[in-house]
Amino acid sequence: MNTIIEVSNLTVRYGQSEAVKDVSFKIEKGDFVGLSGRNGAGKTTLIKALLGLLPAYSGVISLFGKPQKEFKDFGKIGYLPQKHSSINHLFPATVEDIVLLGLLSTKTTPKIVTRKDKQSVEEVLEKLKISKLKNKLLSELSGGQQQRVLLARAIVSKPDLLIFDEPSTALDPASRAQFFEMISGFNKNDGITVILITHDTGYIGEYANKLLYIDQKLIHFGKLSEFCPSGELEACFQKSDKHIIWHQHN
Amino acid sequence: MNFVQFLQYAFIQKAFIAGSFIAIICSMLGLFLVLRKMSLIGDGLSHVSFGAIAVGLFFGIYPFYIAIPIVMAASIVILKISEKTKVYGDAAIGIVSAVGIASGVILASLSKGFNVDLFSYLFGNILAISDLEVILSIVLSIIVLGVIYFYYWDLYSATFDEEYAKTTGINTSFINILLSLLTAITIVLSIKVVGIMLVSALLILPAVTSLQLAKGFKSAILISALVSLLSVFIGITLSFFLDIPSGATIVMVSALFFGLSLVYKKI
Repeated sequence: MNTIIEVSNLTVRYGQSEAVKDVSFKIEKGDFVGLSGRNGAGKTTLIKALLGLLPAYSGVISLFGKPQKEFKDFGKIGYLPQKHSSINHLFPATVEDIVLLGLLSTKTTPKIVTRKDKQSVEEVLEKLKISKLKNKLLSELSGGQQQRVLLARAIVSKPDLLIFDEPSTALDPASRAQFFEMISGFNKNDGITVILITHDTGYIGEYANKLLYIDQKLIHFGKLSEFCPSGELEACFQKSDKHIIWHQHN
Repeated sequence: MNFVQFLQYAFIQKAFIAGSFIAIICSMLGLFLVLRKMSLIGDGLSHVSFGAIAVGLFFGIYPFYIAIPIVMAASIVILKISEKTKVYGDAAIGIVSAVGIASGVILASLSKGFNVDLFSYLFGNILAISDLEVILSIVLSIIVLGVIYFYYWDLYSATFDEEYAKTTGINTSFINILLSLLTAITIVLSIKVVGIMLVSALLILPAVTSLQLAKGFKSAILISALVSLLSVFIGITLSFFLDIPSGATIVMVSALFFGLSLVYKKI
């Protein structure tokens, strides 16, 4: 079974307005999909609908071959939300506890944290080179360190699919490059399927094998090379971005 | 009278035992409520309990038997008003709280016989706690603690990042209902300790004190419980020896701990 996500005629509404309109696509195992579009195009809404955080108005979403409502294998999906927007920053959560939250998806209530879980956390912190931060509070860390901690939370359950919502916005250019390299490594070396929302259109061609471009409705889904020469590219991106994408892809 | 003799009084022993259990559940639930910006639900539900206790007294039923289900129902009403209507949580608390007080005042006016009883609940008196109330406090506190232990990580995750918690399969709507119901039970029990007027202090003060000092959530729980227990013990002792109201003394001791935590943090 190679299809990770299949979306058919998905429409998501906020009240009467359609944030995502009649979108269909299929993501296969091992894909690195760059999800792009202008502000308000419905990228985050689409991701939230895939994750079950927003209800579909119409259409069908299948995750790992199962209808979304029947899908319970939450550990297969790792999620890094946008700008840590929903995090409670007053909460005195240590880095170790935050990463442990990523393992809750594999447990039923009452959720008991085992020694093996703590070992998994240590391994992932080691992998991301943030072991020293284990007992620190999230509020004591820099933006880049916080991002790595949340990345650790997303990957600790060893997911088959990683979803990132604009992960580079809080990062300086050097940290951003490192971050994209790391994500690319998960895709190439560990075979993890990746969906990445980004405005860094210059990076899409460097890492992603597919581009999902939406503007409420689907504009393009497929290889970036098929999008580059098309008239849609110039209509969608700024001229300078088109230049960067074109160069990075050729 | 010395301290040893003081501890030998049965009513003091009962006050310490019931007060300890209530202090611990208040300190734990208070942390979740403060971190979820739901601190004022304590105030709102205590006002509802004023009305509920009036209903009990009006019909000649033991007030806590009536107050517990009514306050639990009110906690769900607050939650549903803020979830399903265009009313923010604080306004929902305001609405339910006002209805609680108003119904209490009307019942007190209709039946002129129980005003003294009703108003005794406003400021509480743990030194006058009955055997039945001690047992009720212990049993319900153990239930609340058991539920918190059972759902600890779900409560943790939903409080730290509710959206992310949903993506890990946690039913956050259920967790919100659970937290509201536990709060309702805790509020009713706490009325005996500090009274309707001061009950939210027992939830808020130990929690905010611990948040000034804690280096992790588990240490926040421990500090909050310690502050809460010490406040109850010192408050009851001072109240006895100085002949001042127990509820208000407990709250003032707790407030002193908060002040000290701020000073310590600045140093």
